[in-house]
Amino acid sequence: MKVLTANRLTDGEAVWFSAGRWVESIAEAEIAYDKAAEERLEAAGKAAFANNEVVDVELIDVALAGGTVHPLRLREQIRAAGPTNRTDLGKQARTPRLAGV
Amino acid sequence: MYRYDEFDHAFVTARVAEFADQVERRLSGEITEDQFKPLRLMNGVYLQLHAYMLRIAIPYGTLNSRQMRMLAHIARTYDKGYGHFTTRQNIQFNWPKLTDIPAILTELASVEMHALQTSGNCIRNVTADHFAGAAADEVADPRPYAEILRQWSSVHPEFSYLPRKFKIAVTGAGRDRAAIQVHDIGLQLKRNASGDLGFAVWVGGGQGRTPIIAKKIRDFLPEEHLLSYVTAVMRVYNLYGRRDNKYKARIKILVHETGTEEFARQVEAEWEYLKDGELKLPDEDIRAINAYFAPPPLVSRPEGDAIVKQARLDSRGFSEWVDRNVFTHRHPDYASVTISLKGIGEAPGDASDAQMDAIADIAERHAFDELRISHEQNVILPHVARADLKAVYDALVATGLATPNAGLITDIIACPGLDYCALANARSIPVAQEISQRFASLDRQREIGELKLKISGCINACGHHHVGHIGILGVEKKGTELYQVTLGGSGDENASIGEIVGRGFAPDEITDAIETVVDTYLGLRLSPSETFLDAYRRVGATPFKEALYGTESKAA
Repeated sequence: MKVLTANRLTDGEAVWFSAGRWVESIAEAEIAYDKAAEERLEAAGKAAFANNEVVDVELIDVALAGGTVHPLRLREQIRAAGPTNRTDLGKQARTPRLAGV
Repeated sequence: MYRYDEFDHAFVTARVAEFADQVERRLSGEITEDQFKPLRLMNGVYLQLHAYMLRIAIPYGTLNSRQMRMLAHIARTYDKGYGHFTTRQNIQFNWPKLTDIPAILTELASVEMHALQTSGNCIRNVTADHFAGAAADEVADPRPYAEILRQWSSVHPEFSYLPRKFKIAVTGAGRDRAAIQVHDIGLQLKRNASGDLGFAVWVGGGQGRTPIIAKKIRDFLPEEHLLSYVTAVMRVYNLYGRRDNKYKARIKILVHETGTEEFARQVEAEWEYLKDGELKLPDEDIRAINAYFAPPPLVSRPEGDAIVKQARLDSRGFSEWVDRNVFTHRHPDYASVTISLKGIGEAPGDASDAQMDAIADIAERHAFDELRISHEQNVILPHVARADLKAVYDALVATGLATPNAGLITDIIACPGLDYCALANARSIPVAQEISQRFASLDRQREIGELKLKISGCINACGHHHVGHIGILGVEKKGTELYQVTLGGSGDENASIGEIVGRGFAPDEITDAIETVVDTYLGLRLSPSETFLDAYRRVGATPFKEALYGTESKAA
């Protein structure tokens, strides 16, 4: 199970791909459940990179826990929430339940 | 301090305009990310986990209140209200938008600052002893020579595409506070028997994946040969340094593989061609640069002793702060002050915009407008009249910056780690915060005495863990964080690389492990005056291993 993530070119904001657009919350990310879906996401990422929308495009492993998307790697958990020592910053500041990685 | 001349102003302004154009072309899609990345790195712009990061150079850690206020302004206007002072005497902002960076660089240029050569395979910001120009034990101020190196190395066409990044540190004192033996080139100012000024030249030190202590290749280099000799070193490195393997590309590997004697011979041979040419520094140029670093007018303030004595009696907090954070100045009526950016439980090296403004105010009012950033991630007021120490202390208390822990276990160096950094494997800051909380008692810290604890979140060792008396290296193992402990490292004139003590510790074990190490030291030291490092060097790793892992560790 994977989602497609990147950083937005203009401001570096961590973003995830969802139905043709890039969203700022991993909760809204489109999940690829099979290889074909992964390939579709990958192609969308390459196109967005070529189109100068995003950089550092990557497919990352996730799991669903309690109905929400949860990245497997700590690095990606921190990208999705914000610095663990500053819960007043990053996405967790906008969506408090993301804090507490 | 150094002031830009017309050339410097024109040069920095032109570079800002050039980069603004590059950013615009990137945003319009005219240039690709692959084309843009090396350009942005040359201007200090990284991409981290949450956003871009801008690393701004603070040459040899010296700045004035106007520049500090500009950093506060940038934190407030373009970032999230704080900055992170680094182990290379720089500052990093963690949240700037790419679209704002040209404006930030324009603002920086207005106070004679820039972000050039804070990244890339070039000669990076030259670092120096943070007590330079003030310390009682100093032979001469190292900063004029660091400035000469800065001017020479800025966009040096021959040395802008080195095999790997290159770091130079300069100290003017025998007691090394600039960690010169873990730099690519380390320079120690000294006088020879005739009283002439020159340098001991150390080459091939470094931390990272392969930590190596530098080798001294010349005991005395006359000052006028600074650039010719450093150029000779760079040429040998540029020619023979490995470009086939990033992990073997630093000069330390070349010196190690070539052998110190042969490497020195190659440098001396190259230098023969260069030494009497255009790189030989004219005496008047050295004096002209030195004049920029003339000490402030330190008028006699003999009332300081009595004032400090009385204030110590009146305030225990002040007395404790003087014990730890006040350093001997070469003028008996003055002192250098360490402003600790290591408040208990806080992120090492972070300062808010309000704190930066407050520090600027104090510097302007009480410290001749001079500030330094130390590689230990603190701020220094190099020249404060002892008579003004209490006023400085009171002002620091008011802004939460009077933590009296310089050189103690909570004066922790830590890199940004996995909370911010794209290279990190594990978090550093929360580990530092938890250890700081555990050892929060000042009485306990003072009982432990001098102890340098340094934490890196990956093997690149920005947190200098290899030279921590206690070092902590965060790694990723099977998807989780694990912390290796090293003991016995030191970055001073008796430099040593810490030894890995055994298997790593989980995030919820590491603070206990550090406490075990500290308690073991307290139990075996000969007297309170035997520091952790001295005790470790006397007894070795065994008692610490037994305390951490039990006696079965002997078999392992």
